[in-house]
Amino acid sequence: MVGLVIVSHSAKIAEGVREMAEEISTNGVKIATAGGLADGSMGTDAVRIMEAVKEADSGDGVLVLCDIGSSIMSAEMALELMNEGLDSGAILAVIADAPLVEGAIAAAAEAGGGTSLEEVKAGAEETRTWPKL
Amino acid sequence: MNSKAYDVLALIADRLIENRDYLTDLDREIGDADHGINMARGFGLVKEQLPKDEADIGVLLKKTAMILISKVGGASGPLYGTAFMRAGAVMSGKTALDPETLKEMLQAAVKGIQDRGKAVQGEKTMLDALIPAQQALDKGIEENKPLAECLADMAKAAAEGAEWTKTVKATKGRASYLGDRSIGHMDPGAVSSTIMLEALRDSIG
Repeated sequence: MVGLVIVSHSAKIAEGVREMAEEISTNGVKIATAGGLADGSMGTDAVRIMEAVKEADSGDGVLVLCDIGSSIMSAEMALELMNEGLDSGAILAVIADAPLVEGAIAAAAEAGGGTSLEEVKAGAEETRTWPKL
Repeated sequence: MNSKAYDVLALIADRLIENRDYLTDLDREIGDADHGINMARGFGLVKEQLPKDEADIGVLLKKTAMILISKVGGASGPLYGTAFMRAGAVMSGKTALDPETLKEMLQAAVKGIQDRGKAVQGEKTMLDALIPAQQALDKGIEENKPLAECLADMAKAAAEGAEWTKTVKATKGRASYLGDRSIGHMDPGAVSSTIMLEALRDSIG
């Protein structure tokens, strides 16, 4: 089953989004968080993101959802570093081009159905065009 | 160039820590008032955690990168992290710096920032200090000027580039949310880049 990683500058946001996504997910989708820095301040940490990806992976790949700005650069760096120089055991992980909350919920719903990483990503990215009002 | 690589990085750290409030004030004008705090935190830990006697410059630069990407927090983490990572790859296994490798190292660092941030010159980012600096260094070395002069040219070009960022509107990063209100203010990243290059000039020139 595809796992999810929630990346945010804020630990509270990451935790809160995980909570919401867990509610909708069935079959225990693994959702890891990487919110804020180790000392509790706001920001993103590529090393923490790498650890979260490893936590969320169970062999079918991981979808990474980010809030704004530099969280995406940190996530990209994490994915580059994570698989560097590995001949085997590389984790398949991609970043969703999707809003954080809506994307995470759609992804959790998809992943629970056992679909592929590509389909989970597509499900998350569809939420880009969902109108709010 | 006989200074220990650790000492160069330590001077960079000291200069950034000295300028913490200045950088934060710049960032308060057009950002979220944390650039100085972030850089001081990250480089403070670099100074604390790097092995002082490591001779392999590549190892030191890569360790610096790893600290920056987890301790800086803002965009400067992945941006400077990538720069130091790429510089570290050029310097892998090397224990001394010469003008050619210095040139290669700065080129790799700047390209790393361009690849990571997807910005180009002219968008009011650190690249507006770094690209002119790198070009000035290249030119000096190609013309066989004494190293100290090349480094002085490099640092001067960086400072001029940072000054130039006042004249345009931000289109990248948090400052871009301010639109025209960002005009008249220097990009904090361009200033921190200048501070780093000045420290490099002062420690190996």
